[in-house]
Amino acid sequence: MLSAFALVSSCKKDPVDPPPVDNTSNNNNNNGNDTTPPTGNAVCLDITHVVGALPLRLDQTLRYQNLNGDSFSVELVKYYISNIVFMDSAGNTWAEPESYHLVNAADELSCKIYVENMPAGVYNSVSFMIGVDSTRNVSGAQTGALDPANGMFWTWSSGYIMAKVEGHSPSSTQAFNAYVFHIGGFSGQYAGQRIVSPSFNSAQAIVTSSTVPLISVTGDINEWFQTPNVIDFSSVNIMNTPGPTSTMFADNYMDMFTVTSIQN
Amino acid sequence: MKKLLVYGVIALPLSIAAVFTGCSVDAEIPEELTKEDVKFYVPQGFPQPVYNFAANPVSIEGFELGRKLFYDPRLSRDNTISCGSCHMQSGAFSHIEHRVSHGIDGLTGTRNAPGLWNLAWHQTFMWDGGINHIESQPLGPIANPVEMDENIANVLVKLRNDANYPRMFEAAFGSDTITTQRMMWAMTQFQGLMISANSKYDQVQRGEAQFTQAEQSGLATFRSKCSSCHTEPLFTDDSFHNNGLPPEPTVMDAGRMRITNDPADSLKFKTPSLRNIAITGPYMHDGRFVTLAQCLNHYSGTMYPSSTLDPQLTSGIPLTAQEKSDLLAFLATLTDYTFIQDPKFKEQ
Repeated sequence: MLSAFALVSSCKKDPVDPPPVDNTSNNNNNNGNDTTPPTGNAVCLDITHVVGALPLRLDQTLRYQNLNGDSFSVELVKYYISNIVFMDSAGNTWAEPESYHLVNAADELSCKIYVENMPAGVYNSVSFMIGVDSTRNVSGAQTGALDPANGMFWTWSSGYIMAKVEGHSPSSTQAFNAYVFHIGGFSGQYAGQRIVSPSFNSAQAIVTSSTVPLISVTGDINEWFQTPNVIDFSSVNIMNTPGPTSTMFADNYMDMFTVTSIQN
Repeated sequence: MKKLLVYGVIALPLSIAAVFTGCSVDAEIPEELTKEDVKFYVPQGFPQPVYNFAANPVSIEGFELGRKLFYDPRLSRDNTISCGSCHMQSGAFSHIEHRVSHGIDGLTGTRNAPGLWNLAWHQTFMWDGGINHIESQPLGPIANPVEMDENIANVLVKLRNDANYPRMFEAAFGSDTITTQRMMWAMTQFQGLMISANSKYDQVQRGEAQFTQAEQSGLATFRSKCSSCHTEPLFTDDSFHNNGLPPEPTVMDAGRMRITNDPADSLKFKTPSLRNIAITGPYMHDGRFVTLAQCLNHYSGTMYPSSTLDPQLTSGIPLTAQEKSDLLAFLATLTDYTFIQDPKFKEQ
């Protein structure tokens, strides 16, 4: 009797009172995700990274080519997804509280973002920010996904690195032909965060107390180097300050995400 | 002594030995902090602070943890440099007689280590204002390759593996979990409590002391010629100005522009507070002047011409020899001896 009760309570998610999240835990994987997947009142944004037509592989092989014609490798991809908002068929919006997720392409778990404690409903669009809102950039020491120990915080000019990609390209004039693109800056004309809303293409995510729709998304790293700004790796190969170049990347990565399917 | 008696009474039923331990406290063991010692307050006449500790309430344990961290060289890559290495209490937490400081591996920086006081009233930190929050401030020197050159994630590992820190974090924050946020909170409790408001100037404002004639004249000159940037009572406007210093050719420090990327901010640096100024030399962002007299001579002399020169300084600040001497007398009244001798800020 006792064990059956325990089983029921462990599976049932209370949509009204989410359990307190201990985001200070040492065991936290620091991507802002819970370690146990939810069983209801949630969706999963499942991001698969690609570079153009090819799957993303993080190594030194120069297997990719950008629109400028530079061949390159991709060895590190990290970026923030924050301020996730879902809209239902009636036009109501629901915003995830404390919505900060660090996606690290090297960490598969971090590429599956579980948005939890959602009201049941039929959702037909999503919007979120690539990067971190300006408020959290000026609010002092943060924790969880926003912990400066995650390597996504500039200490000499306070603020989050919204997104970063690193690798090699024979076109780069840096030592060892490396390229390093860190896109940051949170205010004014050089802000790096962007709100995006990849289309559901008339599909719907149906959230109930016992279902977790799987929203499959591709994230194309090649988009960071094209549309609207073609990046030429021979002239732009190192960047770690906010400025006109970083906003070129920010404008580019706005169209990196495509929703490919929704499984209810 | 009262405290010791209390301990004695508590220990009495436990064992006689405990009583002796409780009573034989060596004079060198620092007095225990009281809640009053770690109470953040707004001194009379001060504006409301930028940081008010509402989300990071100060506790004795948090303050002590912050103090231990401030003086701990393990915050640096090779465990040699602490915050206290370049911020010495006897110099109001500036680096006494150092134009610039030597950090890890004997490397030197390009800017003068500022003194630390009244930090809760600052909107920005560092000479270029690059750090926008008191809680984020320690991350700058920790990561700087010529200061401590350490990765904050490594610092956390060192702290977690230490015999004492987990216990101290638990005492301060309720569990032994060690995170960047908690570490920064503790350091903010220690550094934010560095309130300097008991100089002779302050005592005069409160009616507890009187200026000499020279000091009084100096104040009058100060108010007519200096206070638009060095605004009382903090003696800084917390803003950025180009004060006409020729850029040092080997460094070519662009100042605030390094942060904003805006050419209009070229050669602008944050106005330093003039509190404790007599004991925090060398002066200016690069420590180029050893004495305050040299600073005054700069202002009364020719300004380096540039489009961003502060409009108030176009023709410098005319100062007679008498005005300079009175100003120096006045500036000396800004030294807060209570602050620089306060035992609670000392390394334990």
